Amino acid sequence: MSTQTGQQKQTSNVLQPGTSAPNFTLRTAPDQSVSLDQFRGNPVIILFYPADFSPVCGDEVSLYNEILPEFQRFNAEVIGISVDGVWCHLAFSKHKKLRFPLLSDFEPKGNVAQKYGVYRKNDGVTERALFLVDKDGIIRYSYVSPIGVNPGADGILKALESLS
Amino acid sequence: MMEPELTLPINSNRDHLLGPQKAPVTLLEYGDYECPYCKQANLIVAKTIQQFGNKMRFAFRNFPLTQIHPHAQHAAEAAECAGAQNKFWEMHDILYENQEALEDVNLLEYAEVLKLDMPRFQDNFYNHTFALRVREDFLSGIRSGVNGTPTFYINGMRYNDSWDQEALTKTLRDIINKNV
Repeated sequence: MSTQTGQQKQTSNVLQPGTSAPNFTLRTAPDQSVSLDQFRGNPVIILFYPADFSPVCGDEVSLYNEILPEFQRFNAEVIGISVDGVWCHLAFSKHKKLRFPLLSDFEPKGNVAQKYGVYRKNDGVTERALFLVDKDGIIRYSYVSPIGVNPGADGILKALESLS
Repeated sequence: MMEPELTLPINSNRDHLLGPQKAPVTLLEYGDYECPYCKQANLIVAKTIQQFGNKMRFAFRNFPLTQIHPHAQHAAEAAECAGAQNKFWEMHDILYENQEALEDVNLLEYAEVLKLDMPRFQDNFYNHTFALRVREDFLSGIRSGVNGTPTFYINGMRYNDSWDQEALTKTLRDIINKNV
């Protein structure tokens, strides 16, 4: 059952609700960086995903892109993180018409994902993982999806609602 | 974390349904008319319905990913406009069969092919009479854990396995056999 897989992963070193979210600064474009703490004051949804250009449409980033207005009702920001480089992110972002930034956990590779406990060392990519960080920088929700299953947005929306 | 459940139960007053209400299995799809995977899924669903006959019920709800599929919203509304004239499933199939041609002018052509009452169709279509209905489908999908298109629910629980013909048939057959 995928449910069990999800629970097993949760018991590993994935950062849990109540933990302070480690700050990070990552590049989102060749000449532009984004830091987690620049969003302080607003909730932030962090979406870790394995790779740009995964061969499905209606995938995770497209879904979150589509749902963005629902998140904005809570003044929440969305950021995506993978180990892909900035040029790849730019192309992917344009291709998917993304309206939220993709950050590049590229050098040292997977460093931020490791801090959040969602780096798959053997595969060299991040888990499909979701974190909700509240306006004070505390993790309020974390979820690692079973391999091959995109997380929907139901859990993160419930978590957002419970913040207010 | 529990497997996502359908938050808006199937309701014959609002949902487009094929098959008997008392069928042991209800398959629900959240889909997008411009999504190529949904087009494939539509053929698989059609075969599945043929196979199981009145043992299954099928429902379709709209989940247009408008940022990547610029025609998906209007196509969904056109299907609903046809639905208002009891031709939802006919339009549904035409839209998937003609996925490369979903401009407004094409949608109107399909309505004519189906011999719909055109003044009424146009009135509904241009006034976006069913935009809210499509939105309601979409939001119910988000709340229920739709994670891409197509996403299926079997008897109200999200189906996470492959939806290829073999896997889907086996899953449905197992449920039907348990119920018989």
